[in-house]
Amino acid sequence: MLDRRRLPVVKPPFEDVVTRHGPTVLRVCRAVVGPSDAEDAWSETFLAALRAYPELPATANVEAWLVTIAHRKAVDQGRARGRRPVPVGELPERAATRAEPDAALWAALAALPPGQRQAVAYHHLGGLPYREVAAILGNSEAAARRSAADGVAALRRALTSVEVLW
Amino acid sequence: MTEPVALDRLHARLVAEADAAGLVDVAYRTIDSPVGPLLLAGTDAGLVRVAFESLGFDAVLATLAERISPRVLHAPRRLDAVARELEEYFSGRRRVFDVPVDLRLAAGFRRTVLEHLPEVPFGEVASYGGVAGLSGNPRAVRAVGTACGTNPVPIVVPCHRVVRSDGALGGYLGGVEAKRTLLALEGASVR
Repeated sequence: MLDRRRLPVVKPPFEDVVTRHGPTVLRVCRAVVGPSDAEDAWSETFLAALRAYPELPATANVEAWLVTIAHRKAVDQGRARGRRPVPVGELPERAATRAEPDAALWAALAALPPGQRQAVAYHHLGGLPYREVAAILGNSEAAARRSAADGVAALRRALTSVEVLW
Repeated sequence: MTEPVALDRLHARLVAEADAAGLVDVAYRTIDSPVGPLLLAGTDAGLVRVAFESLGFDAVLATLAERISPRVLHAPRRLDAVARELEEYFSGRRRVFDVPVDLRLAAGFRRTVLEHLPEVPFGEVASYGGVAGLSGNPRAVRAVGTACGTNPVPIVVPCHRVVRSDGALGGYLGGVEAKRTLLALEGASVR
């Protein structure tokens, strides 16, 4: 008998991908490149994803794929800006209008070394398992796990005076 | 940490940039109409799909992704001309649609039937047999019924003007009530 669950998986309309993963990718971009450049990174990520989408295997982990693209875009943005892949420590004016914990969080994130910041973003905000994070960062699962743990510990130290939700 | 406003703005920017780069293979939007909400979808070649809500818009979009391209985006502006013509039609100010139509979802004789349907004028009806004749195969009456029942662009390609030879309304892919509404709007006399 034909098992319907084993029929080929069909790729959903790209609109579904944007709706489902747009918020996560924005959080990841904000964490990795900072609030001021996050929207550019998000746009470049989804435009590149749209371009490549027809060739993506229907069984692929779409979220991990998007975060991988976002990572590349963030690295590109960093390169374009010279030798500093990190956003500046101080926050742009726009972010100042947001609630205080957010501002403190962005500042603390921006202050992390890139590897830690990326591991925290991809695992805790992007929701990817450490195996996927390691694939994106080009290191081992153990190293990815350690970077994320060190990053979260540093965030905790930086934010002890401020209430954060995660 | 994410606000809907930012995501709306980003979506609009993505659609504009994707459109400029030629990456929106299927654009879609929805409109309200006297026959309920309608989904409109278009390709570079023109209007490719008009769907009644009863089909489930998500299912329709999934089918478009599968049959045309998964690069499907909610890009309302791309369908402004179609939406405007439909609005004019529903308000009685338009009798003929002149937006380009992309019939790639229909093939063979079904497509031939759809190509001939606009020859049935606004406000008039034709029988399935009559349309079979128009389409060059007078005996293919049932095939005309199938072509109408699977018309990917109803209303704009007016399969609602095809009725049974005894004058009865016959079926309609949007439901018989929708057919009745459309024919009443055109002032066609049917039983």
